[in-house]
Amino acid sequence: MKINQCHRRWFLNGIVLVALGSVLFSGSLLAEDVLKIGVLGVMSGPAASWGLVNKYCAQTSAQLYNEQGGFEIGGKKYKIDIVAIDDKNDPKLAVSGCERLTRQEGIHYIIGPNVDTTATSVQPVAEASGAIYFPYAFQKSLYSPPHGNAVLGMIASYQAGPIIYKYLMEKRGVKSVSFIARNESDPLNQRDEGVQAAKKLGLTVKSFNDTYEPGTTDFFPVISRVVSNGADLIVLSGVAPADAPLLLKSARELGFQGILSTETAQDIKILNEVAGSAAEGFISVGGASTPEIRSPEMEKFAERYKKIAGEWNDEAGTKVYALEIILQTLRTAGPEAINNVELFKKAMDNFSMKNPFLKEDKPLKYVGTAYFSQARQIGVPMVVNEVKGGKFQTLFVGSVE
Amino acid sequence: MQQVLLNGVVLAVNYALIALGITLIFSIMNILNFAHGQMFMIGGFVVYYSYGLFRLNYFASLVAVVAVLGVIGWCFETFFFRRMRKMATREENAMLLAVGTALLLENLALSFFGEKQRGVPPVVSGVFKIGDAFLPAGRLLVMVLALILIVGLLLFVQYTKLGRALRALAQDREVTYLMGVNVDRVAALGFALGAALAGLAGGLLMTVFGINSGVGTVYSIKAFIMIMIGGAGIVPGAILGAVVLGFAEAIGYALLPGSVTYLLIFVGLIVFLLFRPQGLMGKPWG
Repeated sequence: MKINQCHRRWFLNGIVLVALGSVLFSGSLLAEDVLKIGVLGVMSGPAASWGLVNKYCAQTSAQLYNEQGGFEIGGKKYKIDIVAIDDKNDPKLAVSGCERLTRQEGIHYIIGPNVDTTATSVQPVAEASGAIYFPYAFQKSLYSPPHGNAVLGMIASYQAGPIIYKYLMEKRGVKSVSFIARNESDPLNQRDEGVQAAKKLGLTVKSFNDTYEPGTTDFFPVISRVVSNGADLIVLSGVAPADAPLLLKSARELGFQGILSTETAQDIKILNEVAGSAAEGFISVGGASTPEIRSPEMEKFAERYKKIAGEWNDEAGTKVYALEIILQTLRTAGPEAINNVELFKKAMDNFSMKNPFLKEDKPLKYVGTAYFSQARQIGVPMVVNEVKGGKFQTLFVGSVE
Repeated sequence: MQQVLLNGVVLAVNYALIALGITLIFSIMNILNFAHGQMFMIGGFVVYYSYGLFRLNYFASLVAVVAVLGVIGWCFETFFFRRMRKMATREENAMLLAVGTALLLENLALSFFGEKQRGVPPVVSGVFKIGDAFLPAGRLLVMVLALILIVGLLLFVQYTKLGRALRALAQDREVTYLMGVNVDRVAALGFALGAALAGLAGGLLMTVFGINSGVGTVYSIKAFIMIMIGGAGIVPGAILGAVVLGFAEAIGYALLPGSVTYLLIFVGLIVFLLFRPQGLMGKPWG
């Protein structure tokens, strides 16, 4: 009897073990291959729009691919998982965010950060962790040798500025310019680059020392002095989407009749809500996908983006490129590049594909050699917009080589 | 220079409304309301939704601001600060609680309202030219309404029963209690009034500057500067502090780079407080 009980116990234990093993084994067979992509950027405060658009664009593209079973790399489909962190435009938070993405989440490809200070702060972390990041900061040293892990995700102010100023000189008769910038590293650098470009083109620079502190809400006292200089053009260097409409409104209320422009991306809804008719004629670098130039794939993306974000944002036309080019480059480089960015970098050198977001048959590739001595910039189209009747209207479309 | 002086006047009146609310709360409760800027911000959002989105009459939306912020202020005093006063042995605990309420409101606002800058259609449009200076009609309206509210508050505090009770409470809580005043009720109403004033300032300035959920801290800091200059808990002092700060900003921005203006304001404040820590109109401590 004792022996029978013992046998029964062993038999039952054995059944339980086999059942458990089956569940675990079949579980591992059903496990999806997941490709994690990080998004690190400013998602709160006056510049929240910049980081949030990065996040929503990545989530939109990921959703569209995941609905088709994932993105194919090396014959295997990967589900795209977006891990987003808000760095609040604070370098300390950007560093801790980057550490979390690379070391805890094991991510090697990060979209962001959004400004010079946060992008430079994460540089050592990204390089030490073997990660490639796609900032929207303009500091040239990020993208120039010996550094090679950063890829600029948009058109830089020093690329757009000279083209915009030249256009305004030729088409609108602008002869003089004043600058005003937020008192932070990124906008001040953009201002300095803009002043250099303006002087090179032969514009009279009436003033360039005027600044305002982050958090300023009343721009009347600040811009009174700029307006009184009587320039044909006032450039709002590095202006955040929340500050631009207040500056425009104050300038117009002070009687300024000239042109106002910036080389950063703006939000038309905020411009309309806060500045109203004062935004009319405002020139900015727009999203790289206006209705006139976008492809059916881009239309599909825009519809899905509106569902995720609640509304379209013109900047999304530029920021849609980041995740797309990461995935396509990984496909070219092979699945080993998912965890080895050196293979990714090799693939970047000769990468080229038809731009999926443009109607016209134009290539999408990495550019920027003329500025950084290496191709460390996504070749997004350069679209310059003007606000007309409460909407962005394309002034002209260009490109950077 | 005309524009600079006009900017100073406009700023001074706007800031006076912000400062009055925080000084009122300090006078009756001896607590610096760190959430003052956040209450300002919520007032702005109430106007955004009621006037901007639901198209209520602007003045009706200001009434809504008073109601919402009054309830928030009353709840904070009744459920948080009154309990803290009874339990805590150190004054710093109330200050920490005040900081906590500021963080609570800011994060709630971020969750409910989002992070984007919001604006509303102008209540009035047009720009007046006074000599060589420009004064937008919107700013003039804000200035007039702010002046009416400031005068109304001063009259209320001076001539009404509740106003006298508030002044008595500010002078001596125990004696006020002994005089038969329901101290808890008056304190709660006083806090509600201070919160409503902060919200009204937000609702008024919202039409000029727009609002976003991150502006609270900036306005709280400016409110602290004003009451430090004028004297904490002194209503005329708050107005004086607002005038000083308004003109300092206007003149500073006109003559100096933006970054230097506030650097000098803070350095000046530190030096001033070394010689007169109670502010211009405050009484020496102790």
